[in-house]
Amino acid sequence: MVDRVSKQFGGVRAVDGVSLEVRPGEALGIIGPNGSGKTTLVNLITGFVRPDNGRVLFRGVDIAKSSVEARVRMGIARSFQTPRPFYRLPAFRNVIIPLCSRRARERLGSGFGRREEVALDLLEEVGFERDAAAVTKPASELPHGYLKRLELARCLALDPQLLLLDELFSGMSPAETASLIPLLLRLVQEGRSLVLVEHRLAELFQVVGRVVVLDFGRKIAEGHPAEVMTREEVRRAYLGGEVSASA
Amino acid sequence: MPELLTVLVYGLVQAAVLLLVALGFSVTFGLSGIPNFSHGGVYILSGFVCWFSLRKLGWPYPLAVAASVAVAAAVGLLVYAAVIRPVRRLVLAEVIATFAVGVAMLELFRWMGLVTYEFNLPPVVAGSVALGEVVVDAHRLVVVASAAGLGLALWWFGRATRTGLALRAMAQEEYTALSLGIREDRMAALSVVLGSALAAVAAVLVLPLGLISINLGYDAMLVALAVTVTGGTERTAGLVLAALLLGLATVVASVVIGPHWSEVVYLAAIVAVLAVRPSGILGRLKELEERV
Amino acid sequence: MTAPGAYRRERLDRGIKVRSDDIFALAGWAELVYLAGPRVAAAVLLLVFPLLRNWTGDYWQTVFLVAVAMMLAAVSWAFLENVGLVSLGHSLFFGAGGYLTAIAVLDLRLPPLLAVVCGTVVAAAGCGVLLGPVLRLRGVYFSLVTFALPLLFARVIEATKILGGTEGLAGIPGLGSLEARQYLLVVGLLVATFGLQRLLDSDYGLVLHAIRDNDLSVRASGIPVGWWKFGAVVVGALPATLAGAVLATHYHVVGMSAFALDYSVLPLTAAVLGGPGTMAGAAVGAALLVPLSELLRAFGTLRVVAYCAVLVLALVSVPEGLFSLVRRRYHQFERWVPL
Repeated sequence: MVDRVSKQFGGVRAVDGVSLEVRPGEALGIIGPNGSGKTTLVNLITGFVRPDNGRVLFRGVDIAKSSVEARVRMGIARSFQTPRPFYRLPAFRNVIIPLCSRRARERLGSGFGRREEVALDLLEEVGFERDAAAVTKPASELPHGYLKRLELARCLALDPQLLLLDELFSGMSPAETASLIPLLLRLVQEGRSLVLVEHRLAELFQVVGRVVVLDFGRKIAEGHPAEVMTREEVRRAYLGGEVSASA
Repeated sequence: MPELLTVLVYGLVQAAVLLLVALGFSVTFGLSGIPNFSHGGVYILSGFVCWFSLRKLGWPYPLAVAASVAVAAAVGLLVYAAVIRPVRRLVLAEVIATFAVGVAMLELFRWMGLVTYEFNLPPVVAGSVALGEVVVDAHRLVVVASAAGLGLALWWFGRATRTGLALRAMAQEEYTALSLGIREDRMAALSVVLGSALAAVAAVLVLPLGLISINLGYDAMLVALAVTVTGGTERTAGLVLAALLLGLATVVASVVIGPHWSEVVYLAAIVAVLAVRPSGILGRLKELEERV
Repeated sequence: MTAPGAYRRERLDRGIKVRSDDIFALAGWAELVYLAGPRVAAAVLLLVFPLLRNWTGDYWQTVFLVAVAMMLAAVSWAFLENVGLVSLGHSLFFGAGGYLTAIAVLDLRLPPLLAVVCGTVVAAAGCGVLLGPVLRLRGVYFSLVTFALPLLFARVIEATKILGGTEGLAGIPGLGSLEARQYLLVVGLLVATFGLQRLLDSDYGLVLHAIRDNDLSVRASGIPVGWWKFGAVVVGALPATLAGAVLATHYHVVGMSAFALDYSVLPLTAAVLGGPGTMAGAAVGAALLVPLSELLRAFGTLRVVAYCAVLVLALVSVPEGLFSLVRRRYHQFERWVPL
């Protein structure tokens, strides 16, 4: 749960008193035009940016001042909007990194050779075919869609209770997104919370049951996707901005 | 309070010295991201060139100064072409390579035995001036004036000239700059040449305050590092402020605690700034992105 | 059908390497010797040399001791370089090890062996704490600060006359016999070379490589980057502080010269020359350089100039290092086999 958080960069109020809540087993969409503060909100929840004021509650604990690592350990994971893989490492080794974290070690133990197995499973789950060349290629040689899925695999390695995906679908082909949607739905069914920051509304609405609309750092609407999109203020925020249901 | 005034005046002079010595290094580092560790070597080399032209060749003073700046610039170009360019973009290799060149220069001078009392440079202006109750030699005032002048000139250069803007663009957003037709290689070479020439200017102005000695080359590196780290590389104002703070602090430390404590001040400054404000006292670098 | 007596060339390691460079399938003693031979030979050489004292004389035994110490420093340098931290002042670790051992044995009255162990560990941890703040920054800043620190320490010791000032701390009792010191360093070297390499090849090494690549994603993966780097610095410093500690007991004195440039430039040159990517390469580089520099002793500080020249040349012309070059050739040995 996020309670009235704000963050100012210089003179810009990137996020201005936004409150929202995600329950276990729920998927929430965050939409809004470019520069409306969506990514900053993700950064505030995951600890990459500290809020100026307001609280960030996770399972009743205020984590606004916790480090990124501490939040990961509690079960919060995020993907980056532009993929940030370890370019020099092969894809499956990219997934080994989060498996070395404390959270993963508490879950898996530190058994030798086990991590490789788990990493390969995770890659298969996000759509790398097992033993395909892509698994052992350095990340620098992978196409964009694969890098996005690699981001997702890296998050899943942390067994997150709250997973924030920053524009996961952007730059993916329709076939690729279609293959990921069942996975996301399953994660929700398993009782995890999902937060999706997304421009591709058609795909987003297949996953989430509720959206929050941001504009200039403020929350301007919240509710069921179909209903929210008919509201006057939402339409106004999107006019001139990119209205991209399918772009 | 004549003592306070003395501390202030000498603090200012010390600040000017620090700024002059650091400028060359921080200009190169700030503009093209090349950490030119041969700075201290070039600094001492320029001092010896000036000395040689004056004392051995009997050239007039302005010519000797020009010669030392020219030689320094040429050495800078050579270092860039022969050592930095082959390893360009491998930042850590750049560090190692320029470090090796700097150390090699200084230790070569040491081996050649250039360590006696005859190696001194004349002041630009002889005589002394009384500022209220404090007497300062005129040369120190020249040092202060040139430091101020150079600081202003660089600020203007970075802001108002095409080359300066190109260099700054390069430092901030390399690929965008490339796409705008700015030639990376030339700009990087230019930044090293400029930094080396500034090292020579500093040598001609600062070395007359004492003898030329090899260890001053390592001192110059220390000073350059302390000022650059404290001030950050983004803005000339940060460097000036850092030089002022460190200059005053070293003078105060040597008056209050005793001489030779200036090094402790540098050490403390480096460690404190890195711990508290890693991008320098006036730095505004994006908190996370830059820390790669 | 091929004609009898026809031959083709075949790589020696064919059939040994199955999948990648580090997974082997051995099918007999010959192949085992081919693979393990160089390592074992190097280890045996290191272990046997101190026994040849009657034959080599004391002078070369001392050179051996210094060489092993420098090999340790070079291994330490190479480890840190692998983690993306290029040290320009390895004498910091070296000097810290020496001074702290001296304090432990002179002021705390610890027995020499215990003092060496304490000095080594405390110095490494202390250097880690000292360098901690820099680790948050780009790698260049680590280089800047490691360059500055030993110089500053030497000046501070000179100015404030702490730690014996310019005289240094004298009267450190020797650690057993020459052989004892030699074997302590040799064992340390073997453990460091193979241990650190093993560490780098493990998942933990993978994380360290990843930090070098892109630290934001490492943090997003729930790994506290600061602590990992701190740990890497402490572990990486250990071989160098051990070298400093043991040499202090060997010379019975530790002074400002422990922070001298030589101890920074030599490990760096050795590691770059030998092959910065591997621990063994760094050790080989030092093993080549130290005896060479002994031969050049008469030239004084010109030696440092020579190191620097070698350093620049190696960096520009053999960036992979001699060791990697030779190793690649070794694995490319070919033999003629009948078709």
